[in-house]
Amino acid sequence: MKDIGQGIEWLSVNQPMTLAAIRVLLMVLPILVIVPGLIWYERRLLSWMQDRVGPNRTGTITLKNGKKIRTFGLLQPIADGVKLFFKEDITPATVDRVLYFISPAIALFPAFAVAGTLPWGPGYGTYGHLTPVWGSEIGVLYMLAISSLGVYGVVLSGYASNNKYSLMGGLRGAAQLISYELAMAMSLASIILVSGSLKLTEVVKAQEGQLWGVVPGIQNWFIFTPFGFLSAVIFLICMVAETNRAPFDLPEAENEIIAGYHTEFSSMKFAVFFMGEYAMMFIFGGIFGVVFLGGYNMLPIQWAELAANAPGYSFLHFMRDLNYWMAPLTFLGKCAAGMTFYIWLRATLPRLRYDQLMALGWKFLLPAAVANFIVSASWIMAQKLWGWQGAVGASIGAVLIAIGLYSAIRKAMNKGTTAMEKRSVELSEGTETIPSIRAVELV
Amino acid sequence: MDLNQLQLPAITPNMVIIGLLGMIAVVTAIGVVAFNNPIRSMLSLVANFFTLAFIYFSMGADMMGITQIVVYTGAIMVLFLFVIMLLNLSTDSLVATKKFDIKPLLALPVGLGVFALILSQILMPFKDVVKTSAPDATATAVGWGSPQAIGRTLFTGYVWPFEVISLLLMVGIVGAILLARRRVEV
Repeated sequence: MKDIGQGIEWLSVNQPMTLAAIRVLLMVLPILVIVPGLIWYERRLLSWMQDRVGPNRTGTITLKNGKKIRTFGLLQPIADGVKLFFKEDITPATVDRVLYFISPAIALFPAFAVAGTLPWGPGYGTYGHLTPVWGSEIGVLYMLAISSLGVYGVVLSGYASNNKYSLMGGLRGAAQLISYELAMAMSLASIILVSGSLKLTEVVKAQEGQLWGVVPGIQNWFIFTPFGFLSAVIFLICMVAETNRAPFDLPEAENEIIAGYHTEFSSMKFAVFFMGEYAMMFIFGGIFGVVFLGGYNMLPIQWAELAANAPGYSFLHFMRDLNYWMAPLTFLGKCAAGMTFYIWLRATLPRLRYDQLMALGWKFLLPAAVANFIVSASWIMAQKLWGWQGAVGASIGAVLIAIGLYSAIRKAMNKGTTAMEKRSVELSEGTETIPSIRAVELV
Repeated sequence: MDLNQLQLPAITPNMVIIGLLGMIAVVTAIGVVAFNNPIRSMLSLVANFFTLAFIYFSMGADMMGITQIVVYTGAIMVLFLFVIMLLNLSTDSLVATKKFDIKPLLALPVGLGVFALILSQILMPFKDVVKTSAPDATATAVGWGSPQAIGRTLFTGYVWPFEVISLLLMVGIVGAILLARRRVEV
């Protein structure tokens, strides 16, 4: 371990470009390796949830003496990959060739690009030289910007396929992304306010402080704070919508528009869309971990601060070092937890109708995120002016004023309009409707 | 100006990068108006915005560049794409098929005049400049172009213009809703 650390120190002084290449590889290679595993994981977990068996055979090796080496079907995605490679790559005659070829690549690129700002280890010591790839001052904004580019892959593939179902899938993808991006940005805005920086490493550092600023020994993970919890819920819903996963998988709703935007794609192009989707899900799990779950910290306990007061090399010191050296694994575990959440959602919830999707995005998530933003901003302001007791009073007052204003506006808005008529169809009185249809036909 | 006295700036890697990016920006900008296919010209515009963002990045204005990507390529151009795809414009309906028209001939001198006017305005400050005036390393260290610096500038020196612009945007949003919801009596 020490040698590796010294080697990296040496590289950072003498070979910064080599170190940069290592940094990039350490981010890209794990994603590429993990994606097939994710597909296996999803199929197995989903089958377990649905009381099926799932892929459990591929890769079982039977030795001469009858003993079997089992891999629990882990090689299934590799077999699928080989199959997809050797399938005929059909390009329909009327596609827009350039866009048809580049759109899978566009769909794949954001996942890797977003991963660049995620810190998978503490910013000091050995990890400080290895992560993140780009310790950007604008990490959160960069993340929002690049993750929203994924929709170009969806929309362009829909357009280039020259197929009405593909086009509808692409249009749905575009509309969905625009709607949910706003709520996502607003939910992250309150986190930025509290952590005081757009840098993702700073966001993690802000979560290493004391819980609510008062509880000693516990880290202030944003999901434990009231505003952070609301942000986390909004962000979680938005990230599912951004990756076009169930229950928001309208761009590829099988029962309505065949396979949506990738209907016309076959062989490896089709596989690349899937790779992009799974990589993006995994990375979004990581983003959620970094922003709300304390990043690379294993447990919300301030081992370093506790160990500072402890004499000698105690359990606390051991945990502090374990927390440091296990950071990459912890981070991967948080990504995997996000992935599990995605799969769980897919197994649990039915697909939303299109109007429900839009109503959820615009009428619930965005106002909730904006309200959250306003409340946390005024909390910070009030805390600076009057201390935290004043801040509690001020925020309660602000919430009451907001509710009052909202209901007043609601009342004023609804004054002139009447509620929508209730409509019902009565099958027994079918004879009643026939004359009117005839009348229309006669005209 | 005496050409012998003119000192050309040294060619630095940054300059090469800016030059390349500028070239791509110009090519894509021409692509926007030159393509017949509306989707293609829209994609050129996306590429153009991207290149502009990269130019901002290379000048150390990270915030500016990323805002360019978030606002333009991430939101506005997706909406453009959405609308263009819904309209389903064919190439024939966009390309003029008339053989002779007097209007372009009349417009040409006016256009050239406007171009010369703009060019003179742009070139004037460059007359005596022999060094590129990007901020040096110390200026970037202080926070030139950082979110903090931009935020401070927006909410201190430019707070009134900022508020007025946000009000204008609000009026625009309300106006759009009003226009969309107005029932046309037929």
